[in-house]
Amino acid sequence: MMRSDPRALQLNEQGQLKHFLTLDGLSKDILTEILDRAESFLSMGEQSVKKVPLLRGKTVVNLFFENSTRTRTTFELAAKRLSADVINLNIATSATSKGESLLDTLQNLEAMQSDMFVVRHQDSGAPHFIAENCTPNVAIINAGDGRHAHPTQAMLDMLTIRRHKGQFEGLKVAIVGDILHSRVARSELHALKTLGVDDVRLVGPKTLVPEYFRDMGATICHDLKVGLDDVDVVVMLRLQKERMAGALLPSESEFYRLYGLTEETLAWAKPDAIVMHPGPINRGVEISSEVADSDRAVILDQVTNGIAVRMAVMSMAMSGQMQEQQAAGDED
Amino acid sequence: MTLDLDKALNSMKQQLAEYCQQHNLENPIVVGIHSGGVWVANEILNAVPTSEELATLDITFYRDDFTRAGLHPQVGHTNLPAIEDRHVILVDDVLMSGRTIRAAMNEIFDFGRPASITLAILFDLNSRELPIRADIVGEKLTLAENQRIKLSGPTPLSVSVMETH
Repeated sequence: MMRSDPRALQLNEQGQLKHFLTLDGLSKDILTEILDRAESFLSMGEQSVKKVPLLRGKTVVNLFFENSTRTRTTFELAAKRLSADVINLNIATSATSKGESLLDTLQNLEAMQSDMFVVRHQDSGAPHFIAENCTPNVAIINAGDGRHAHPTQAMLDMLTIRRHKGQFEGLKVAIVGDILHSRVARSELHALKTLGVDDVRLVGPKTLVPEYFRDMGATICHDLKVGLDDVDVVVMLRLQKERMAGALLPSESEFYRLYGLTEETLAWAKPDAIVMHPGPINRGVEISSEVADSDRAVILDQVTNGIAVRMAVMSMAMSGQMQEQQAAGDED
Repeated sequence: MTLDLDKALNSMKQQLAEYCQQHNLENPIVVGIHSGGVWVANEILNAVPTSEELATLDITFYRDDFTRAGLHPQVGHTNLPAIEDRHVILVDDVLMSGRTIRAAMNEIFDFGRPASITLAILFDLNSRELPIRADIVGEKLTLAENQRIKLSGPTPLSVSVMETH
């Protein structure tokens, strides 16, 4: 099957988002627009009716081929706060287990006149495949695919950084832990670089920090002290035990001893450095309870910001889709 | 056609002061609609008997043309105090179809139930598409089909009539 460049696939002719598949190739302007829109959705929290009518009458289907309670819940809340109707499909336990193919499932959902699919899949490139091969009029949002990307997670981290630090220029950011299995790290690096952060350090053991990240502009550190030295932002990643096949790590306690974030190791960073974590956190594996519960940790802000960022991305992609269909209608 | 901005603003101020007195609008909240409405509201705020700061409304997420026109560029932030049981004076630069006001009122009600809403408009273009009328009008105008009002601001605030082709 033909596969086009995902970077071109997600923009319409006016250069607006119509899918949201990857941050790779998105301009600083688009990333900034996502953050600005998200910022105005955040202020909606003051409304007694926490809803805007933007996507009223649109149907959003959460297609989760892989479980993720937090991501699914925040996407569902985001869609509902935009007044869309939401269906959650846990594909792992439904039709595909009866032998229906992915394309058949999707064509059925399309026939139900869905307007947007939020896709989480264990295979890299699955949302891209869906955007390309099934449904031209449905906006596809990537909610995490394999080791490839998790663009809304990266953008909610960017929003959290911007709200705490004000701007991106001149910041030093360390991403610590299981970089190899992390789709967050990859998306995060794209976002930080595009928004103007020069000093991004990926920190972890040799087995979990692949060398090829150097080509994407990151510094690689195998020593936590060097990695955390004078940073403004620490992003801890979860040790993905379920993806860990073979002997990549001697043991969890060994990992914690070398790379765990504790009050002692956090002291190497700037005094006002913030600590982020995409969750769920493994206390005592990558981060100590003292740090996770301290006011340096902005982990719960990330969750709140995640809803706003998802609202921004969903409304922008839906807008881009409708613009494109409008243009196609005008040509007929 | 030239427009007398000061005259229209002064007329609004005078009417507003009288209106608040006649209708017993105690300490009302003045809400400007981004962008032009905020500029106008800033000019007339001192004519309103209130201790409240100027509140602002961005109606981007409440417009009725999302399906046709997609997302509009963001022009500002909504910043409303608690409005439950309060009198609201809603201010915009131009009243044309009434669709902006419809959207603005929907947004206001998502924040709470105001005691009343009074609509104050700088220029009423007499081309309503909805049953929405202003209580206070700086000046009523009838434009030719190819004419549009353009307000520039915030300082200095100026107004001109543009011709489209």
